[in-house]
Amino acid sequence: MSDYLVKIEHERLSFFTPVGEVKALNDVSLHVSAGEVLGIVGESGSGKSVTSYSLMGLTAYPGRIVGGDLWFNEHHINAMTEKQMQKMRGNEVAIIFQDPMTSLNPVYTVGNQIREVILLHTNKTKEEADARAEELLKLVGINEPKKRLKQYPHELSGGMRQRVMIAIALACEPKLLIADEPTTALDVTIQAQIIELMIDLKNKLGMAIIMITHDLGVVAGMCDRIAVMYAGKIVETGTTDEIFYSPKHEYTKGLLKSIPRLTDKGHERLVPIEGTPVDLLNPPAGCPFASRCDNCMKICLREMPPAVEFSETHAAQCWLNQKEQMEGENA
Amino acid sequence: MSDKLVQVDHLFQYFPAGGFGKNKKYIQAVDDVSFFIDKGETFGLVGESGCGKTTTGRTLLRLYEPTKGRITYNDKVLFDSGDVPYNNEDGSIKTGDDGKPVYGKKTAVDMLPYRRKMQIVFQDPYASLDPRMTVGDIVGEAIDIHHLAKNPKERYDRIIEMLERVGLNSEHANRYPHEFSGGQRQRVGIARALAVDPEFIVCDEPISALDVSIQAQIVNMFEDLQKEMGLTYLFIAHDLSVVKHISNRIGVMYLGKLIELADSYELTFHCAHPYTKSLISAIPVADPKTARNSKRIVLQGDVPSSLNPPSGCRFRTRCPYADEQCAAEAPEWREISKGHYAACHHLDRVN
Repeated sequence: MSDYLVKIEHERLSFFTPVGEVKALNDVSLHVSAGEVLGIVGESGSGKSVTSYSLMGLTAYPGRIVGGDLWFNEHHINAMTEKQMQKMRGNEVAIIFQDPMTSLNPVYTVGNQIREVILLHTNKTKEEADARAEELLKLVGINEPKKRLKQYPHELSGGMRQRVMIAIALACEPKLLIADEPTTALDVTIQAQIIELMIDLKNKLGMAIIMITHDLGVVAGMCDRIAVMYAGKIVETGTTDEIFYSPKHEYTKGLLKSIPRLTDKGHERLVPIEGTPVDLLNPPAGCPFASRCDNCMKICLREMPPAVEFSETHAAQCWLNQKEQMEGENA
Repeated sequence: MSDKLVQVDHLFQYFPAGGFGKNKKYIQAVDDVSFFIDKGETFGLVGESGCGKTTTGRTLLRLYEPTKGRITYNDKVLFDSGDVPYNNEDGSIKTGDDGKPVYGKKTAVDMLPYRRKMQIVFQDPYASLDPRMTVGDIVGEAIDIHHLAKNPKERYDRIIEMLERVGLNSEHANRYPHEFSGGQRQRVGIARALAVDPEFIVCDEPISALDVSIQAQIVNMFEDLQKEMGLTYLFIAHDLSVVKHISNRIGVMYLGKLIELADSYELTFHCAHPYTKSLISAIPVADPKTARNSKRIVLQGDVPSSLNPPSGCRFRTRCPYADEQCAAEAPEWREISKGHYAACHHLDRVN
């Protein structure tokens, strides 16, 4: 086995809906080392959440993993029973969901919900668990933790609820934290608070983070490596600098060009990616991005491009790179 | 004759929120907001959720009846509560011969003729289109209401023209909203607003619900339409980088108050108000090197409730510069350089 904390190899996952098989993930491979922050970027429906949920065995019916291997911390996820899964979930790997309004249970107090995790995974008594819950709230920067423990989610603001979610996730000091768009539902000033908190906690506790988002600004500030997903495939992976300063896939390039930047002095027209995302019910034969790509070639429509490596960390799946490489060799 | 198309003076919008008699409570959604929009310009409004930017936009169109204030469109008063004094050119209160302030006449005009000129594009393209109407009928409804087509043929042609203008085609007219993606639906919403040949459009977070790659398409379309049809926009969004991109001037709101207003370049690079400063620094920069080196001003705490806003300056509970003066009195709205306004007691100390 490798020394990666998470290793996903050629995962394929489909949703078997009444209208047909939706191929949500199509040959996805990625890895995360201990203590590393990996950002997964992509638009809605690109499979970024599905990838990380499947790692926790949370694939919703009618979805099923149809191929590939998933490894987490020496566990072979594909072969695990639900019971083993329950032991791992919340203990070794934890998740923060996008919407803190709906992911907390409205009829239990905050304290109750944090305690539940602790009691489930450790041998602590109720009193010890309460003390730990208080400690956790303090850790995530909530004032008057004693009072907050007795409150219900509706009494807290959005930013506070997200802090409570983080406290629950960190209760058993997981090795991996999956953050699924943790700041999308929050305001900018609150978003800054939460991101600051996550970086701070990562440095303190040394866990790895998978950060799922569609906001390139968020990943730029906090991730070590980035994987760009499009239509159920990872089209490009690399370190943050490689992705931002030398993107190799046309989709990544388009994405970077299409966002307005606050620091632009003049008024430059945005360069949008034309067209709409592909229908995963009938994915095209070749590269899924071909129909929206400005530099589409004949081969793009026929065959899926192989991954081309540019450095140890940087790889992209695009025929253009293949072409450039071949031209380079011939010259 | 001024070139101001829309002018808002001392606009208040309070929503009742329970209680009886003396204890009646109000949500102070918009509190004394004044600004104007020139013809052909894009005016941006930014702020966090709950700060009253959407309410301002809707009250401006009188989709909500204002609690107090005056709304002027093209030199015609659409609404006047009768207790808002007129201002002189320099901003001071206009006084009559007897030394008393001059008030407007209490007015509330019939909006129907103005609805043709003032339109709105809503935030959520999933909720703002009737699922049981075809796209053609959605766009055609406004044409029917204003009797803009003499016969069915003319109506149809007009619908198709609008759809084509926003990048859809005639084949789309017979389909229902659920058959479209988010970006396409937003295009339908825009076509509906354009159908009556408006002069002024309130864009209420028109791109927030869309994917990043689609956002740029819609932003560019707004710019193209403005050039072609000479439109004036009030562009409301919480994403300052988008607002800065599209707007000529920007107003920043916090808890129902306008706290800073300036030219968009001036606002992004020389902002004066501490809230604007923190707002700008909180925006994640899509550039790893700058993101690593920049120091964020992270505000503490949450936005207070507009049911019971803090006394004096409403930002004082989160402001690093706050002192007794901020709690005692509300800061004055003053011009700090030409066209750049801010409301803060400690502008000298902040800058």
